[in-house]
Amino acid sequence: MTATMKRLGLHGSMLAVSLIMMYPVFWWLGASLKTNAEMSSASLFPKKLNWSNFSEGWNAVPNYAFTHFYMNTFELVLGVLFTSIVSCSLVAFAFGRLDFPLRNVWFAIMLVTLMLPTQVTIVPQYVMFNELNWLNTYLPFYVPHILAGGVGGPFFIYLLVQFIRSIPKELDESAKIDGCSWFGIYWRIMLPLIKPALVTVGIYCFLWNWDDFFGQMLYLNTVDKYTMNLALKLFIDSQGSVPWGQLLAMSLLSVVPSVLVFFFAQKHFVEGIASGAVKG
Amino acid sequence: MQTKVRQKRWESPLAGYLFLSPWLLGFILLTLGPICMSLYYSFTDYSLLSAPNWVGLDNYRKIFTTDDTFPHTLKITILFVLLTVPLRLAFALLIAMMLNRPIRGIAYYRTMVYFPSLIGTSIAVSILWKNIFGRNGFVNDVLGFFGISGKSWIADPKYALGTLILMMVWQFGSSMIIFLAGLKQIPRDLYEAASVDGASKWRQFVRITLPMLSPIILFNAVQSLINSFQMFTQAFVVTNGGPVHSTYVYVMYLYQTAFTKFQMGYASALAWILLFLIGAFTAVLFATSRYWVFYETQGGKRG
Repeated sequence: MTATMKRLGLHGSMLAVSLIMMYPVFWWLGASLKTNAEMSSASLFPKKLNWSNFSEGWNAVPNYAFTHFYMNTFELVLGVLFTSIVSCSLVAFAFGRLDFPLRNVWFAIMLVTLMLPTQVTIVPQYVMFNELNWLNTYLPFYVPHILAGGVGGPFFIYLLVQFIRSIPKELDESAKIDGCSWFGIYWRIMLPLIKPALVTVGIYCFLWNWDDFFGQMLYLNTVDKYTMNLALKLFIDSQGSVPWGQLLAMSLLSVVPSVLVFFFAQKHFVEGIASGAVKG
Repeated sequence: MQTKVRQKRWESPLAGYLFLSPWLLGFILLTLGPICMSLYYSFTDYSLLSAPNWVGLDNYRKIFTTDDTFPHTLKITILFVLLTVPLRLAFALLIAMMLNRPIRGIAYYRTMVYFPSLIGTSIAVSILWKNIFGRNGFVNDVLGFFGISGKSWIADPKYALGTLILMMVWQFGSSMIIFLAGLKQIPRDLYEAASVDGASKWRQFVRITLPMLSPIILFNAVQSLINSFQMFTQAFVVTNGGPVHSTYVYVMYLYQTAFTKFQMGYASALAWILLFLIGAFTAVLFATSRYWVFYETQGGKRG
């Protein structure tokens, strides 16, 4: 009897905590369908479903529909995702399996760069990309990721190295005896084995770059190249009295891809966070 | 690469550097180079419009003596960090302990508690926050129910920073998941032995959970510390540094110095001071850790 009561109490308190945490998000869902007049109510449900928030918000930025910003964001993020996975897995293979001079020194330096605040490098990087005429293109995002850097780069390398080290060496030893080249070992043996870790890297790379407002604001300066984040900022700045319903509706749409990624790959996600700290 | 003509010290030096080359190039061109340049700029009056002139320690002297914004923004940032980090960790640990029970549906609760952190740094959530804590935000509707008359929280210099702290604390999810993983690694028999000896739940928490978890607490504290020092998007979107500069955090000052005033030299000096600050706070945290972090490998002694 008391055991049941205790369990009910636990569920009750967990439910309460979850609801408090999620309340702003639930309210957000409802508010995206509210009129401006209803916006100050804490009620989750709009009196009338005001779908025009979505249709009008979608075309709220002059000359460009949000379709354009969505495609831009995907162009940027998918490019970054692909290059990151290729470059980080190559580098992780070097750190995890190959034997070469100064390996441990480089690895230690890479771990230090994990902690380095971006502010220290951002000014010279900006100057450099400016001189290369790369401003207002996606190159300031692609190139650092091709070179296994950018948002999250060192973290991804670290994650993959940890994973590669947990794979038994016998597999690549036998391939080596059979005359397989290093690239063959990487391509035919290592890549298939580290697929789960690559999925984790992909998820984080997607989420972090999708949300990287600072970088996008710095390097993109015409509406034509704008991403979702920048379009939302433009939307909120350009209007005298903010049409909150439309703005919240568009904001909601901007997080949909991240939420979908999260729900489809939750298992990898939680493992990724945990392995970064506890296994290391 | 397979030809082993003579005995080599390294098994695969050439292949190693080939595979390493993307990162190595990136490190030299995009990290090491810019670090050196940034240090050099910090001693110049570089402005992107004209070539840099060496001015020695002038930037630093100005920052520490005549710049009025610097001490103000420093004070706000440190206040923000000192309030955010402990609150965030306390909530993360509390909720992680609640979630570390063998009850059904724990995955659903975990997802809901984690969800705000998933989308937390996006500009969308900052927009949501701007609305919620505005004069007509729903927070005032809730407070009105308790008889508290609302105001525009983000427009009041006394409370604006508080709303940003609340927002950061709300996103304790990743610290929580790391705590949860740590809690699962604490051997159960420690608790069993303690309850046989008649130790209360609180005593078990203080004597077992906290010491066993202390390395992870340190890790989370360092992570949160570094992140909160670099908070930008939230302050930029929710309050835009205002009202009357009450949320004008350090990185925002740096950003505006560099990219709206184009004072690249001065901004670089600010960046180096930030690096030094984060380093100093982290070092202090590590220095105190020998008094409160326990490592099992050292036989339960203080590390």
